[in-house]
Amino acid sequence: MPNAGGDWGRPTGVRRVEAVFRGRQRAALMPYLTAGLPDLASLPRMLAALAAGGADAVELGVPFSDPLADGPALQAAATAALTAGFTLDGLWAVLERTLAQYPLPVVLLTYVNPMLAHGAARFVDRAAACGVAGLIVPDLPWAESGPLRRLTRDRGLALVPMATPNSPPGHLQRIRSGAGFVYGVSVTGVTGVRDQLAPDVLAFASRLKDAVRLPVAMGFGISTPEQAARVGRVADGVIVGSALVTAVMQDPAHAAEVATARVRALRAALDADGPDGPDGGDGDGEEGRRPT
Amino acid sequence: MGARPGPAIDLKHPEGLRPSGRGRFGPFGGQFVPETLMPALEALDQAYRAARRDPVFRRELGEILGRYVGRPTPITAAERLSEAVGAAVYLKREDLCHTGAHKINNTVGQLLLARRMGKERVIAETGAGQHGVATATAAALLGLRAEIYMGAEDVDRQALNVYRMRLLGAEVHTVTSGSRTLKDATNEAIRDWVTHVRHTYYAIGSVVGPHPYPAMVRDFQAVIGREARRQMLALGGPPTHVVACVGGGSNAMGIFHAFRRDPVALVGVEAAGEGLHTARHAASLSAGTPGVLHGALSYLLQDADGQIRLAHSVSAGLDYPGVGPEHAHLAATGRARYEAVTDDAALAAFHELSRLEGIIPALESAHAVAWVWSRRGQWPKGARILINLSGRGDKDVDQVARREAPAGAVGGGTDA
Repeated sequence: MPNAGGDWGRPTGVRRVEAVFRGRQRAALMPYLTAGLPDLASLPRMLAALAAGGADAVELGVPFSDPLADGPALQAAATAALTAGFTLDGLWAVLERTLAQYPLPVVLLTYVNPMLAHGAARFVDRAAACGVAGLIVPDLPWAESGPLRRLTRDRGLALVPMATPNSPPGHLQRIRSGAGFVYGVSVTGVTGVRDQLAPDVLAFASRLKDAVRLPVAMGFGISTPEQAARVGRVADGVIVGSALVTAVMQDPAHAAEVATARVRALRAALDADGPDGPDGGDGDGEEGRRPT
Repeated sequence: MGARPGPAIDLKHPEGLRPSGRGRFGPFGGQFVPETLMPALEALDQAYRAARRDPVFRRELGEILGRYVGRPTPITAAERLSEAVGAAVYLKREDLCHTGAHKINNTVGQLLLARRMGKERVIAETGAGQHGVATATAAALLGLRAEIYMGAEDVDRQALNVYRMRLLGAEVHTVTSGSRTLKDATNEAIRDWVTHVRHTYYAIGSVVGPHPYPAMVRDFQAVIGREARRQMLALGGPPTHVVACVGGGSNAMGIFHAFRRDPVALVGVEAAGEGLHTARHAASLSAGTPGVLHGALSYLLQDADGQIRLAHSVSAGLDYPGVGPEHAHLAATGRARYEAVTDDAALAAFHELSRLEGIIPALESAHAVAWVWSRRGQWPKGARILINLSGRGDKDVDQVARREAPAGAVGGGTDA
């Protein structure tokens, strides 16, 4: 077991991620933001904005030139961040002076190649030293993740497994050994805003919860407060990425304010909604009710 | 050459040449893809393994390669070129395949497999359009629906191949994300596959991508080397050198594979573009570093942070920032060596082969010719050099003519 003391006298990343889901009545809200959007210097302000809106944890994306699990919105965000001068060393420098005082656990989402570029061990060490709580690697399937699982375990970081609607039972069995939570990918597809939730997303989320014995946070294709609320009735957490990032990119001058407002609207919908909510969750869309 | 139909095609691995573990060639290869694709890769691996052992599948593939593709392709003893370089040079004539390049060997195999798996929709990525045309051709032959992803830059540069694909009944999707070339066309094809994985077969065009593609595409292309090995023996003895151009590396793996256990030098020739000392080349093995792109660990062109760099070559088919993982393994173990040839040297070879032998090579294949040409007069006595002439150059004539013309001298050019 990793030392619960950690480098800064804080609990390990795994424990901080687990704590997000413990004893909750409502689903946790985990907004996704591309690091370096609108630029790296504003990252502390953006993180603060997400916390101010009522986020429970933050998923921070490391921009990559070839993000093959992402739809157009997050591709564009990664390109913009790289164009604005994103570097890994720049990211570590910002996180190092920001996360020690930041109230929420931050989970880094990175593709394999940026992690390998400086060496996976060094990447994990740097992330842990900066106070990152966990890693999500969308192009590292569980079957290939053995070496990274060992590295993250040694540093007390959560390596979050992903499950998809077409994952076979054997996969759901194997990822019980994951840490933190399971990332439920609500669609067979890439990230991005969709008009409607996938028709089987609620059934999938509850099947996943039964199978994995870890908290389940759902993402991909969840954009509006209404969609988040419906998924939040079943899942332990809800991840919203493309909709938030698109809003930030459309108004970079007010990126922090836009982010806070978006997160606040999602938070309100999750908190207002309960088991006796307005809709039984039969999977129909709510076109025309997108937030402004 | 015996009467066609050809024999059932041999897809069995010579012992010990299977990728180990999860599709690894030494440390290279693997399956670095979103979790959504893992069940599909498993299903593909099983279907391919079953097909490979099935005499009915192998016979059908053999018949199509014989009656439709035009296999076996001949070997031409290039007498005037031999005299010029000072060694016996032989050309494996993949340029004589239907559609003008070796790409069709792979698409016929994969689309037969797609049909066997009950998939009606096939997607593919293409750079210059050769793999797209080969996919569209096999889809037409087998009654499958093909959709091809092609970067916007390439759609502009290769308008004729876009028309060919459409003529053959395929739909062409123009990719405007990222670099708007093959790298991003591949990303987009993978995104399509992630989204439509249940009903769609993804036909990768080279020995790249996640397992089982590198091994499977190699197996479908290995017919080149099997024929060539037999043909060389009939022409007086085995080669001392086997030379092929390398972008992703499918024609090179195709001809290398049968010679791996022979005392033969295997030489892969990458595109040095404007020179390895510049940022404008496509030589992943000669000047790249290990990393993961498009599902496999191999050598890549990338910056210090692991962001993929753009490749450059005068030849669109070599213009890719990665290379097949088995090539990375052959390079690491020293079984094959990898050289690089500049745009200018390849263009010179394009001319030399045309003038000396009456064969206009694809600019890709011209890189292999250029490396042999670059050592003219220095070849050891008794050298017998087998070049894989992977495609014909008709597709490149217009581009080369425009490049060489004084501004405005060639009519009809649209290049700025």
